[in-house]
Amino acid sequence: MSTAKGLDLTLKVWRQKNQNDKGRMETYQVSDISPDSSFLEMMDILNEQLIEEGKEPVAFDHDCREGICGSCSMFINGRAHGPGKRVTTCQLHMRQFEDGDTIHIEPWRATAFPVIKDLVVDRSSFDRVMAAGGFISVNTSGNTQDANAIPVEKEDADNSFAAATCIGCGACVASCKNASAMLFVSAKVSQFALLPQGQVEAQDRVLNMVHQMDLEGFGNCTNTGACEAECPKGISLENIARMNREYLSAGITSEK
Amino acid sequence: MASKSGIFNSSIGRKVAMALSALFLIIFLLQHFSINVTSTFSEELFNELSHFMGTNPLVQFALQPILIFGVVFHFIMGFVLEARNRKARAVKYVKTAGNANSTWMSRNMIWSGLVILAFLGLHFYDFWIPEMNYKYIQFNPADPNRYYEELLHKFEDPIRVFLYVISFVLLSLHLLHGFQSAFQSLGARHKKYTPVIKKLGNIYAIIIPAGFVFIALFHYINSL
Repeated sequence: MSTAKGLDLTLKVWRQKNQNDKGRMETYQVSDISPDSSFLEMMDILNEQLIEEGKEPVAFDHDCREGICGSCSMFINGRAHGPGKRVTTCQLHMRQFEDGDTIHIEPWRATAFPVIKDLVVDRSSFDRVMAAGGFISVNTSGNTQDANAIPVEKEDADNSFAAATCIGCGACVASCKNASAMLFVSAKVSQFALLPQGQVEAQDRVLNMVHQMDLEGFGNCTNTGACEAECPKGISLENIARMNREYLSAGITSEK
Repeated sequence: MASKSGIFNSSIGRKVAMALSALFLIIFLLQHFSINVTSTFSEELFNELSHFMGTNPLVQFALQPILIFGVVFHFIMGFVLEARNRKARAVKYVKTAGNANSTWMSRNMIWSGLVILAFLGLHFYDFWIPEMNYKYIQFNPADPNRYYEELLHKFEDPIRVFLYVISFVLLSLHLLHGFQSAFQSLGARHKKYTPVIKKLGNIYAIIIPAGFVFIALFHYINSL
């Protein structure tokens, strides 16, 4: 157990009843927060406090609390998942803050991520982008070829795996000044484009996923690099360049 | 299907178009600088080059319209993208910390671009409109030695020189992001070549605008 002094903090939290409510920032005080607690544990303490006061607790997304599910979000002090690199909000610890700090907590802001309630946004636009082409069609009749029987260059396998570590949390969209989803979509395009199994549907995949991304109302990439800097999984801009190449060549050569 | 509406109606298509027009303008700027810089060491050479550019039919009636199209296209597409990108985040954040994850230049291309647009207005008023008037409206006889004198007159006014300098500082900031960004948009990214492109871009973004500033100050100081 840490004996470090607890933190007294002022929280400015976005409160919004539902999609139709206009929403506003509200100020709360929490005290004696252990520096060893996670940001979400601090939010749990705030919520217990609110419940005891007979108020509505703050709604926020969370699931695994191990940094791998992509559920938690929160735009903390102007940054997706708060301060620090390669961290999700559940893995952000209160030792990153000083006693007496004021912390701004907002939901992801994007037209394609409408607020459901408080800090919870609807990220189903990502699901629809995935449904448009983020898969490979494999015959599961029982005589499927063993994937290990197909030779894959080590570097391609590594890059594909690195792209596949995207947890779809949406920090890229939240951080981008244009609310662009290109880092997410490019990671999903790349993880298949780099492997032989992904080649069969490669052209349709990139065309359809980008088309769906545009339909959802995400903005356009202007290469600021904010997405890569804030991505909890360190997804590289390399993927966006690859998607641009894949899209251009598919757009020019596809007969569909 | 993206192909139903054409790739240039897609987000990636638009940024590719933006990048291609940017690279074209980058090449043009280098050519423009190469001619202008001769005015600081040879009146004769500057007049000769200017006369060639001003009277050669290929330059006047083929390259000049392409250039004007390139400039107009880059600006209009810039505005279109900015408007669409603003729409993609209808509700703004209360607090943002942009410096934590991106450069000022990359986030403010629209503002540096608008300053450059305002500068182009002044530049057209100073040179292009009088030039068109001189040649194609008043039908003055060709005078191969007038260009240098005309240039000197423009740089006698300290306010104009100041506006030129400010504009080129903003152009430098625009290029510091734009040069390498154009390559990324085209998908031209490579472990070996991208660091070279970035360095080259930084050198270009500083040297060329600084060179234009030098030319303006050189003639202004000489006029004192």
